[in-house]
Amino acid sequence: MYKIVKKERLHEVIYSTWIKAPEVASSVQPGQFIILMITERGERIPLTVADFDRERGLIRIVFQIVGKTSEELSTLEEGDELYSFIGPLGKKTEIENYGKVITVGGGTGIACIHPITRALKEAGNEVISIIGARNKELIIMEEEIRKASSKLIVTTDDGSYGRKGFVTQVLKELLDKDKSIKKVWTIGPAIMMKVTCETTKPYPVETIVSLNSIMVDGTGMCGSCRVTIGGETKFVCTDGPEFDGQLVDWVEFMNRLSRYKDSEKKSWDFYHEHTHLCSCGRGIN
Amino acid sequence: MAEMIQPKERVKREQIPMPEQEPKERIYNFKEVPLGYTREQAIYEAQRCLQCKNPKCVPGCPAEINIPQFIKKIVEEDFAGAYLEILKTDDLPAMTGRVCPQEEQCQQVCILEKQGKPIAIGRLERFVADWARENNIHGKLPKISKKEQKVAIVGSGPAGLTCAADLAKLGYEVTIFEALHQPGGVLVYGIPEFRLPKSIVEYEVKEIEKLGVKVVTDFVVGTTKSVDKLTQEFDAIFLANGAGAPRFMNIPGENLNDVYSANEFLTRSNLMRAYAFPEYDTPVKIGKRAATIGAGNVAMDSARTALRLGAEKSYIVYRRSRKEVPARAEEVHHAEEEGIIFNFLTLPIKVLGDDKGNVIGMECLKMELGEPDDSGRRRPIPIPGSNFVIEVDMVIDAIGTSANPIVARSATGVEINQWGYFIIDDNTKVTTKEGIFAGGDIVRGSATVISAVGDGKVAARAIKEFLSSDKSLRKRF
Ligand SMILES: Cc1cc2nc3c(=O)[nH]c(=O)nc-3n(C[C@H](O)[C@H](O)[C@H](O)COP(=O)(O)OP(=O)(O)OC[C@H]3O[C@@H](n4cnc5c(N)ncnc54)[C@H](O)[C@@H]3O)c2cc1C
Ligand SMILES: Cc1cc2nc3c(=O)[nH]c(=O)nc-3n(C[C@H](O)[C@H](O)[C@H](O)COP(=O)(O)OP(=O)(O)OC[C@H]3O[C@@H](n4cnc5c(N)ncnc54)[C@H](O)[C@@H]3O)c2cc1C
Ligand code: SF4
Ligand code: SF4
Ligand code: FES
Repeated sequence: MYKIVKKERLHEVIYSTWIKAPEVASSVQPGQFIILMITERGERIPLTVADFDRERGLIRIVFQIVGKTSEELSTLEEGDELYSFIGPLGKKTEIENYGKVITVGGGTGIACIHPITRALKEAGNEVISIIGARNKELIIMEEEIRKASSKLIVTTDDGSYGRKGFVTQVLKELLDKDKSIKKVWTIGPAIMMKVTCETTKPYPVETIVSLNSIMVDGTGMCGSCRVTIGGETKFVCTDGPEFDGQLVDWVEFMNRLSRYKDSEKKSWDFYHEHTHLCSCGRGIN
Repeated sequence: MAEMIQPKERVKREQIPMPEQEPKERIYNFKEVPLGYTREQAIYEAQRCLQCKNPKCVPGCPAEINIPQFIKKIVEEDFAGAYLEILKTDDLPAMTGRVCPQEEQCQQVCILEKQGKPIAIGRLERFVADWARENNIHGKLPKISKKEQKVAIVGSGPAGLTCAADLAKLGYEVTIFEALHQPGGVLVYGIPEFRLPKSIVEYEVKEIEKLGVKVVTDFVVGTTKSVDKLTQEFDAIFLANGAGAPRFMNIPGENLNDVYSANEFLTRSNLMRAYAFPEYDTPVKIGKRAATIGAGNVAMDSARTALRLGAEKSYIVYRRSRKEVPARAEEVHHAEEEGIIFNFLTLPIKVLGDDKGNVIGMECLKMELGEPDDSGRRRPIPIPGSNFVIEVDMVIDAIGTSANPIVARSATGVEINQWGYFIIDDNTKVTTKEGIFAGGDIVRGSATVISAVGDGKVAARAIKEFLSSDKSLRKRF
């Protein structure tokens, strides 16, 4: 069993928790993820490692309520235990001293970009971070990202905080202005990663995305997570999760993310019928 | 105690058929299909055994069970004794009794096979194991002094479990590392409930834990910890991580939404219990018309699972003819009884989808049989222009598995062959690195439960020899 030692609500629907998992904490590297199950009846859901504390054997995850399991996870409190917690999974980010790089995070992708940003800076890179969300409330982990990077730019779609507009506008300006930028990492909703790749396409920078396909085992056993990269089938859990964004078949990827729409609704409804929660989609607290 | 009948009488008797759930009922549930012998049936069947002085059946059993001896105990109505006899060498009898391909193992070499009525050894074994479970009979740990040395086992399938049990009985400290959240390997994630109830797997694993074996789940060797690291903590290692990676056809449309590997489809349904969705959280597609590609055991399991999940039509699509079908005859028979539709000599060439990525059909070619190929089977050749479309809304690829590289990548000096399987010495199961052994599917490719059990036993013996030998003499391992 894996104990939740710290829980924080970062936003109405976004939570951060630290979980005791010493084996995972001792070997995790930036870019990797874990898979957890809340109960024996639960689904196995993948979440990126947002931070880790090797000494205390802790792993931090940041998640957003989007359906049944993430909502149930949000109801767990400090001291509660998870049935299963597996990791680290996936390949680690290729951290080198590239020179000048950009990391782009959107939504909970901000959390996912955090350890990568920190490791890139520690490796000697000048790291510019761009984080963005719909509005001010959804901007999470701002101070941590600021600390992890050389420079931070925040954007909100509605202009309620930082620059008004999308992360891609800032990204484009930076790429136009500074030809020495070598590489871009972007993590966020599929559509945001796709648009970011379209933005960087005309420039001579490699763009790395971290794909969040639907998984079961996370160890290369089932093929649920497969995607087409440059015409070849790859498994996100073992060949990824990071890939060259210009090679991703985005249409197929997004179609496959919607594979279980009907079941997800059924699961959500069933959960709400069987728990005393309101169905406002915000979880309880 | 039942009587020992005369040999003449014994050969006259026919094999007792297995009682089974009716096909039209069972396609609506996930309960076990064969119901098991009753006490009377078991005794009656056991009485047929000739108790050969030089039993041909025994060398046919990789689990090394003393078959006539346990059968004799059944006749004597000493079922507990029969169970303890089996347990001497096989710690998974409820499982091997069910899914071991007996007809190609012990029963094929039984002296009565010539007359077409071999002793139903597997069914008797199952009867004994089920009886012991229901009557709370347990094996005992032999009195042996604990040894200091520690052995790590990677994977909790039949190979790993068997090796662990044998080593624990010898007094070693054994730890099994399992990537999934439940132990059992293919026995829990692959083979469906209606062939092997999960509660039985759980039970037999618990019995092995009682021998002192520690099972650590949620531990992916290769990422949570490398084999190289494990070698620093353990005196010997047995790699039994199975051949877990699914293979695909590599035809257009194979990444459409409702195309599954058999591993994904069966794992969702079995390990994650999607058949009980939404009480269990993991969903699985419930197609109206499902096509399963392939005709091995895995394909039969997939097609029959699809039917039970609600498919109105469940097809098997196979490029060769009925004669070449690799699945066990019993499973093909069960599938036919349940109304699975077989399309032989049919080669899928494309999965067709709509603009949302949903499957709407599968384009195939008709085949004809040509000259025999390397395997001695007649080679299927496509008939040009014979294209046709099967209307389906889901496709399951059950064309086999290959080696998952995670474990091998983390094991310096442990060599693999061109297919990614570990290279071993057949007699000892030792790999190219001292102290590291391997067996089961990760050596043989997709094989059988019983061959995995056999590998586990051979490896356990070799590990014992290795650990008790003088360090300076260890070179031969
Ligand atoms: C490598 C990886 C890293 C991820 N990291 C994070 C993270 O750090 N923070 C975060 O909030 N989310 C992350 N996700 C997404 C997260 O796994 C899903 O939000 C979660 O599974 C939703 O489950 P649910 O029951 O709440 O929602 P559901 O109602 O089941 O589904 C909502 C949506 O989530 C996706 N999803 C559903 N089931 C799975 C599954 N088994 N595996 C993957 N995606 C699924 C689907 O696109 C679906 O439409 C990550 C996904 C992957 C693959
Ligand atoms: C659907 C299906 C039906 C079958 N039906 C039959 C049948 O009727 N009769 C028969 O004899 N055989 C059958 N087989 C084949 C049989 O199940 C296998 O040959 C047998 O299970 C192989 O045993 P194993 O111990 O080598 O590996 P597995 O059973 O594959 O077990 C390997 C274990 O190792 C774990 N593992 C993998 N990687 C790691 C890692 N990195 N770290 C830790 N753990 C890891 C896996 O999760 C798994 O639990 C069937 C197979 C399938 C898929
Ligand atoms: S384990 Fe298999 S081969 Fe051995 S006796 Fe049982 S059924 Fe026969
Ligand atoms: S070979 Fe057949 S008849 Fe002879 S002992 Fe074995 S099971 Fe009995
Ligand atoms: S999640 Fe099963 S292979 Fe990637």
